[in-house]
Amino acid sequence: MDKEVNKEYKSGSLSKGGFRGLTKRIIPCLDIKDGRTVKGTNFVNLRDAGDAVELGALYAQQGADELVFLDITATIEKRKTLSKLVNRIAHHINIPFTVGGGISSVDDVSVLLQNGADKISINTSAFKNPQLISDLASEFGSQCVVLAIDARQEEDGEWYVYLNGGRTKTNKICFDWAKHGVMLGAGEILLTSMNHDGTKQGFAIDLTKQLAENLPVPVIASGGGGTMQHFVDVFENGKADAALAASIFHFKEIAIPELKTFLKAKNINVRL
Amino acid sequence: MNLVQHKESFKVSPSGGEAGIVIIKYNAGNIQSVLFALERIGIKAEVTDDIEKIGLADKVIFPGVGEASTAMHYLKERGLDKVLKNLKQPVLGICLGMQLMCKYSEENATDCLGIFDAQVKKFRSDSHRVQSSAFKVPQIGWNRIYDLKTDLFSGVPENSFCYFVHSYYASLGEHTIATTNYIESYSSGLQKDNFYGVQFHPEKSAEVGEQILKNFLTL
Repeated sequence: MDKEVNKEYKSGSLSKGGFRGLTKRIIPCLDIKDGRTVKGTNFVNLRDAGDAVELGALYAQQGADELVFLDITATIEKRKTLSKLVNRIAHHINIPFTVGGGISSVDDVSVLLQNGADKISINTSAFKNPQLISDLASEFGSQCVVLAIDARQEEDGEWYVYLNGGRTKTNKICFDWAKHGVMLGAGEILLTSMNHDGTKQGFAIDLTKQLAENLPVPVIASGGGGTMQHFVDVFENGKADAALAASIFHFKEIAIPELKTFLKAKNINVRL
Repeated sequence: MNLVQHKESFKVSPSGGEAGIVIIKYNAGNIQSVLFALERIGIKAEVTDDIEKIGLADKVIFPGVGEASTAMHYLKERGLDKVLKNLKQPVLGICLGMQLMCKYSEENATDCLGIFDAQVKKFRSDSHRVQSSAFKVPQIGWNRIYDLKTDLFSGVPENSFCYFVHSYYASLGEHTIATTNYIESYSSGLQKDNFYGVQFHPEKSAEVGEQILKNFLTL
């Protein structure tokens, strides 16, 4: 239990409580289809690499600060399957987790929270019906409403909001939508750069910085993390409050303990 | 890894048999999470607003995420405010639960239960435009707890990380048993007689949180 910090504390090298306070968060994202993880085939030490609960528990044990479960199932049975899964996750995982994917009503959210989700993330449904954000915030509190935004930088240099998993372009500027969402009651922004997602060439630093510095809520940067230095960059230069990644963790390209040790050595405040 | 491993490693047999551990049910969120967290460490608890059951319980947990005045109104309407104040068994308030056990909250100018001699104030970030060096409100995430006192923190090292989500905080005072820094130093733990309160969420604070819950159950 945090022996290293305790040792530092006793030796006097760390001030009481630390001046830096709140830590930067590392958040693995698990894609779920029909109750099972889609990615994550490279885990030899799991009995069932497709079991979202087991994979999530492994990340929690390794020091992940939170988890995001993104449901990409598209069936009518979906809500039932998802709430069952959320219930299992809540029974096995001792860190906060967010659930997202196809959530479009207060009732959807109520079921997920009752089954133990800490936060929910909304994307397309919130854009089409911004009232949903304020309804959720007043019903359950801003702390559990994460507004996910997929953005792409076009040739004109502007970042536009995309919907439906990046398939539908809108004319809305990313920053304007994020600001509006926060005004309506979103408690966090999960920002994914479509230009960077999957490239492993680093996060969208400028866009992340614009949102993180100008919005009064935490910004979770997503898309492009390929090396440990990319995480340093997004925290230091992008001013992100948290960074999310999927395949680099699933395929063990970067292990969470190793990443956190690296960040700490670079003077980034992390929970280790 | 073995998911059931830590369930086996710790058991508490409530001396009161049926009475056991009670989680107070009221109009605040996050109550289920506490129930699940107890199940993870092998403890069955009951979520109830039944005054008699609460009175007979061995341990009472008063959780909650929500807004102070609405919650106090609900408690008063059902007479739960008086019940809570007069409990003699160990009571653990979590997050809003802890704040409601204080004297007064700035959140909609609410008179609270007055168990702890502490005021609950709102974090003040320096301006609406938040610079990278500034603090966001609410505080969301992992922060350290230090100057730990009482058996609630047995085996919990100084500067351990816990998970926090809050916009209001209890000031430091004679009942402070844990301190955290965010914008300023504040009470992340309070204790008076049989009453304990923590601002963070032990039910979401990994192994450290589990240790604190276990400690509470063995007080």
